[in-house]
Amino acid sequence: MKFRTLKRHFREGIKNIFRNGWMSIASIGAVTVTLVLVSAFLIIMLNLNQMAKKVEADVVINALIDLTADSEDIKALGEDIEKLDGVESVIFSSNDEELKKFMDSMGDEGDSWGLIDQDNPLRHTYIVQPANPGDTEPLAKKIEEMANVYKVNYGQDVIKNLFQFNKYARTIGLVLIGGLILTAIFLISNTIKITIMARSREIGIMKLVGATNNFIRWPFFIEGMFLGILGAIIPIMSVLGIYYYIDANVVDRITYEFFDILPFNPFAWQLSLLVLAIGALIGIWGSVMSVRKFLNV
Amino acid sequence: MILMDDIYKKYANGVTALNGISVDIKQGEFVYIVGPSGAGKSTFIKLMYRQEKPTSGKIIINEKDLQTLQEKEIPYLRRDIGVVFQDFKLLPRLTVYENIAFALEVIEETPRNIRRRVMDVLDLVGLKNKARFIPDELSGGEQQRVSIARAIVNHPKLVIADEPTGNLDPDTSWEIMRTLEEINDKGTTIIMATHSKEIVNKIKKRVIAIENGVIVRDEHRGEYGYEV
Repeated sequence: MKFRTLKRHFREGIKNIFRNGWMSIASIGAVTVTLVLVSAFLIIMLNLNQMAKKVEADVVINALIDLTADSEDIKALGEDIEKLDGVESVIFSSNDEELKKFMDSMGDEGDSWGLIDQDNPLRHTYIVQPANPGDTEPLAKKIEEMANVYKVNYGQDVIKNLFQFNKYARTIGLVLIGGLILTAIFLISNTIKITIMARSREIGIMKLVGATNNFIRWPFFIEGMFLGILGAIIPIMSVLGIYYYIDANVVDRITYEFFDILPFNPFAWQLSLLVLAIGALIGIWGSVMSVRKFLNV
Repeated sequence: MILMDDIYKKYANGVTALNGISVDIKQGEFVYIVGPSGAGKSTFIKLMYRQEKPTSGKIIINEKDLQTLQEKEIPYLRRDIGVVFQDFKLLPRLTVYENIAFALEVIEETPRNIRRRVMDVLDLVGLKNKARFIPDELSGGEQQRVSIARAIVNHPKLVIADEPTGNLDPDTSWEIMRTLEEINDKGTTIIMATHSKEIVNKIKKRVIAIENGVIVRDEHRGEYGYEV
């Protein structure tokens, strides 16, 4: 295809958007509604994912050491743990350090525990960081079976629930997004189909004059792409606006440590680009699918 | 130019339209196709630009064997054939100019050549001053002339006209015929299906009469031969 022909297809495709008037607006509306929902889901999903990752990364295994173990045993145990598969790092923390951490975590009230200092009930501990948060549980079980290990702590229940929740959230989110996109393609291809029914006669005429299928298809392709892009404008502006507001105002008021959303820049821009691409694809797919059956004249 | 050998055409609904047709039309000829309604004239014509396929038989148009012609080659066949339809078949949302230019855009002609050739052909059919009108704003005769202009704009070797004067008053019909004769004088083959006794008897050309799917008469400088 020559460049001037491509130019001609662009011109025709854009003209068709105006020629179809209300039908174009209906298609754009369908894309807009879908993309608003899709981007809302994407924002929630990706941020949940991010938070989950953060919590996951904080997960460590505390291996409490038997009081009877001497420094040789402790050293040997440390080496054994390090040899295990999937261990990122092993840090030794003495009972004094553990007590200090405990007192710190209590904040102002921590000082009142100071007397215990004299007779520390805590144990020496190995803090084990798994390479992959998903391996935490099997790893902890292995460490627990080793000699001189009194007990392992790794927030057993919290982790199980978190992983479970995350898995469900991801699956449900993806299914919903997939469903929404399919709905939009269906809607847009139906709207375009209605305009094409009226144009099927025209397509027939074009073929009788010697137009190839591609020559006829191209303007529809361009038209669909622009319908999709136009439909993405409102969703993108809402994404940018609302996300900017949340990023600037809401996050600071919520003090949970793990509540930390992805930063506006670059996340909101990347998401906008993604939404634009999804919109264009929906439009193209919808229009090319609907023109197909009218081409056999 | 056009060679048909023992063509049969049976439609899916069981109607047999053509029942063994053989014909040979040379470059530069002007041929009337006459016969009663439903005799197979339209089917005969549709075979030439491959809107219909014969059930059996051999067709060669412009040295192309339509039996072995692939689906994707059809547009290229049609670019060498200008077709004028009884119902004009103009694109309703395009102007006269754009309708004619479409046939040239399809063959990726340069914008400058498109301009020049469209204006030339509009001059030939006498519609230069209506270039910006859309088809609905024109009379039937004017629309038919636009459709002729589109058919001849890329200088096809063959122009096929299916009752081009069928919807027109006598004066306009004579104008259309003059235009077709002019094109024929330049060497273009013209096949024209018609019901007009006056035209066939006045402008004498080769006449092929089809009845019940067979050719019953084929004479040079023939008569219409049916009572209207």
